[in-house]
Amino acid sequence: MLKITDLVKRYGGGDPVLKNLDLTIEGESVVSIIGSSGAGKSTLLRCINRLVEPTSGSIVLNGTELTALRGAKLREARRKIGMVFQGFNLVDRLTVMENVQSGRLGYISTWSAIMRRYPKEDIRRAYELMERVGIAHYANTRADQLSGGERQRVGVVRALMQQPDILLADEPTASLDPKTSEQIMGLLRDLAGELKLPVIINIHNVTEAKEYTDRIVGMRYGRIIFDDTPAQLDQDAMDRIYSGSPHADRAEQTVAAQ
Amino acid sequence: MSDHPDTWSRPPFIANPWLRWATYIGLAVYVVWVLATIPIDWGRVVEGVERAGRIFGGAFPPSFERSGLLIDGFLESIKIAVLATAGGVALSIPIAFMAARNVAPMPVFYLGRAFIIVARSFHPVIVAIIFVKAVGFGPFAGVLTLVVYSIGFVAKMLAERIEEIDMGQVEAMRASGAPFLSTLFYAVFPQIMPRQIGLTIYQLDSNLRASAVVGIVGAGGIGATLANAFGRYDYDFALAITIVIVAVILVSEGVSGYIRKRVG
Repeated sequence: MLKITDLVKRYGGGDPVLKNLDLTIEGESVVSIIGSSGAGKSTLLRCINRLVEPTSGSIVLNGTELTALRGAKLREARRKIGMVFQGFNLVDRLTVMENVQSGRLGYISTWSAIMRRYPKEDIRRAYELMERVGIAHYANTRADQLSGGERQRVGVVRALMQQPDILLADEPTASLDPKTSEQIMGLLRDLAGELKLPVIINIHNVTEAKEYTDRIVGMRYGRIIFDDTPAQLDQDAMDRIYSGSPHADRAEQTVAAQ
Repeated sequence: MSDHPDTWSRPPFIANPWLRWATYIGLAVYVVWVLATIPIDWGRVVEGVERAGRIFGGAFPPSFERSGLLIDGFLESIKIAVLATAGGVALSIPIAFMAARNVAPMPVFYLGRAFIIVARSFHPVIVAIIFVKAVGFGPFAGVLTLVVYSIGFVAKMLAERIEEIDMGQVEAMRASGAPFLSTLFYAVFPQIMPRQIGLTIYQLDSNLRASAVVGIVGAGGIGATLANAFGRYDYDFALAITIVIVAVILVSEGVSGYIRKRVG
């Protein structure tokens, strides 16, 4: 269970990006976070694994207070938090297998990592997961040879290699075409079910959020102003989440076109 | 008709007229003063032309009689260059990481930059003079000199490349809980590897050239052979050495350019 209480993040001396935010995620639900650009979605996700340092508040994952951790303890906690990125963040010049195994870097010694001596069970698990998402035949291919959808599959497998307690996905489909995007969303939903894994997905595409996730959290200017099932997200709620930004128009058009 | 002016001239380079004329007059006075005070002895220039004629006369035809010395000198130069490149690059990598703003904490960054600045401040000839004084004549002084020279160039260029890497790949490793060194080896090294290889080959080529120069002040190699030949008025042998130096450098530049093109 992930429990965020009274979370504040302020960059420099300006207005906080996250304002006394509370959020609880239980069980194996797939939760999407929607909101305009600048609403604080990415910051929220990155506060959870401390890529961004929260200013104040508390984040507890399965009984561990994450905000106080430092050094080795922080790395140990991060091993249990998988992350999937918008730009994939694969190491282009390494093979798919090396990229996938980099999800295990927190578990194996630096020397084994440099020598590429991965534990047998890690290699087997990598093949299983790559097989599951359909990229097993790319194990020896360099990551920059793959298409966008394939690259994001590598990103997902890398995160799953961590055997995480929770998966964070920061706009995982924003760099993909619509069809690939739906495949990745479907994959995330199915994997969440298969691995009993809670997943938090930042997403701009509201239609996909409704279709592929169990719960939608709407953010606006650092606050959560909507938190319910996809069925409850009506036009009125959409207006409140997206009003007052150029993004609102685009999102409305998408809904109207359905 | 409009009453706008119909002439225009570009504003002067220095807007303030007082400053402008003071600068121009000051420059003119300085040039005249330099010409008037620098000692140019035209008699010696004439003698010099004559002496140069004698040197060139003595140099033709180039003599390859003592090619044994020539080859030994070159083999030593190559040894110096290879050793110095290996040592210099090995030291450059950690220094480059220290001197890259995006991966090193501030105090370490300044220390790394300080290393590079010191290594770059002096021409290899001056460094060679110091090392010859410190460890005596011979190739070891040359190796030390070129190690310093290599750090000045390779560490600086590599640090700049490290500052340009895609931090997304680093972020991905950090997010998975990877320790610092593993992150370096998985997210940073693969990104800088092509530049690293290119720089190493360029530096080997550059060190070979520099080893001929530092040899002249006593740091071993073909430079030492050349300095000896001049000292003994063996101008024909000196010309032979010079020709071979030019040929070797042409070849090494061609090879290194080819490899760098294929790697980059």
